[in-house]
Amino acid sequence: MGRTFSEKVLSLKAGRAVRAGEVITVAPDYYLSHDNSSAIIGEFKKLGLKSVVAPRKIVIVLDHIVPAADEKYAQNHKTIREFVIEQKIPNFFDIHAGVCHQVFSEASFALPGKVIMGSDSHTTTYGAFGAFSAGIGRTEMASLWATDEIWLRVPETLRIEMTGKPGPGVYAKDVILKIIGDNGADRANYEAVEFAGPEAGNFSLASRMVLTNMAAEMGAKNGYFEPDDQTIAWLKARARDAYEIVKSDPDATYEAVLKYDLSRIEPQIACPHSVDNVKPVSAVVGRPFHQALIGTCTNGRLEDLEIAAKILKGKKIHPRVRALVLPASREVYLEALKKGLIEIFVAANCVILNPGCGPCLGAHEGLLAPGEVVVGTSNRNFKGRMGGRDSEIYLASPATVAASALEGKITDPRTCL
Amino acid sequence: MSKGRVWKYGDDVNTDVIYAGKYTYQQLKPEEMAAHAFEDLDPAFAGNVRPGDVIVAGRNFGCGSSREQAAACLRAAGVQAVVAKSFARIYFRNAINLGLPVLQCEEASETMKTGDEVEIDFAGGTIASAGKVFKFPPLPDSVIGILEAGGLLAYTKKKIEGS
Repeated sequence: MGRTFSEKVLSLKAGRAVRAGEVITVAPDYYLSHDNSSAIIGEFKKLGLKSVVAPRKIVIVLDHIVPAADEKYAQNHKTIREFVIEQKIPNFFDIHAGVCHQVFSEASFALPGKVIMGSDSHTTTYGAFGAFSAGIGRTEMASLWATDEIWLRVPETLRIEMTGKPGPGVYAKDVILKIIGDNGADRANYEAVEFAGPEAGNFSLASRMVLTNMAAEMGAKNGYFEPDDQTIAWLKARARDAYEIVKSDPDATYEAVLKYDLSRIEPQIACPHSVDNVKPVSAVVGRPFHQALIGTCTNGRLEDLEIAAKILKGKKIHPRVRALVLPASREVYLEALKKGLIEIFVAANCVILNPGCGPCLGAHEGLLAPGEVVVGTSNRNFKGRMGGRDSEIYLASPATVAASALEGKITDPRTCL
Repeated sequence: MSKGRVWKYGDDVNTDVIYAGKYTYQQLKPEEMAAHAFEDLDPAFAGNVRPGDVIVAGRNFGCGSSREQAAACLRAAGVQAVVAKSFARIYFRNAINLGLPVLQCEEASETMKTGDEVEIDFAGGTIASAGKVFKFPPLPDSVIGILEAGGLLAYTKKKIEGS
């Protein structure tokens, strides 16, 4: 009987053949943390150790509140910078770099077959490159720094088979919102989600990252796309380390297989206050709102900015809305500058924010007043997440957000293409 | 065994409403964290919770962010356990690592209501409330060592000192 990707990768790591449900102890290949490194350092110091076990495995990206919004955040960043020097951690990305998941991928730590732990719930993103990557908490990260080992339960796998080309105005974000809406925010709790079928390979790597990123919103431990020519071409220029492509066996056992015909999906939107409260955009067209947000680790890549810029080119956003645009990384920002996208956004009256998490997690820049509504490309719309308890968050594709910003109300992007 | 009162909530209680993002990257003391617990879900909670109280919820408790203050703030508020139909994966790990017992019990979750008295017997694996006794499945072996040590840091420290 065959094995799934997750069973095979974790078998390689454990040094014995394992199946879903078993608990193993492994030494991951890389561990990611961000601004929460400061809290992790605090926990690590309680262990009484002088140095971390494997400084080369630690990757730290400052992205959550960058530049520091106040003195407390500035102190957090300072603590991290000092620790990085003291522990000789070679892979540190300061406030210029961008959102950790984008930076980690561009710097090619996200390699096929690697086991990656991150103290961020969207660590699932690296499955887009065929890695096994899962989120953990701060205390576990401190323990990893100290021991280079962690216990993991080998997950069951939910396979999602995708066929049929998406229609105009329908993107990866619409596909994942549809899947989450149909199946619920806990459908894949503790599980791996494998995105497969003939359409999987037609998604760009950036679009695959949208799907694996938001697999977290179904409760997934990790997401996965089988590496293909696109993956190999990307890695050819970037791979920092040797890697091994691991694929599910054709006769692997899945918890369930869900089938989706993407040609039947229309633009989708997650309505307040849960990510699985998904409706077709056509059902909420006309809803007025106050702020548009284009960016984040879900949808701040070049292709996302290109889609939004195409809609906004030569136009101005509606006078009663404001729009924030955050490229996901410095690399994306530079490319967007070269392609003239930033000029299009500024001319349209958008506000360009520096690469980073921006207002997504509700700590700074661009928060909402009570009663305000944001339509954004981010990944969570929990009550109060981006400001006041009575504010509302809608989640959609960059096309839907850009089209809505032009009209000042929620708009089906197919009317603007 | 200690007695407490039930605070009942629904399905998909997420980490943002348990502990808001705006406090996540400020390093607050336990009592300050406790004062913000459930701020965006139940503003009456923080001022009225008493040591020994129990959170009872539906499916997927703790979904969302990996922030472990969402477990720490409840422990700091004196919550003795969370009983739910199911827990989000990262929350489950965080709670264990911080020594907050998380008990999966569908029947108890269905039956118990806000204000009910509750008594939990961790060794015996039972929850007694409203004249009924509910059984919860034992925690996986892999996590018992961590809980017995008093959380992951204490467990890791013991391991480092032993090697």
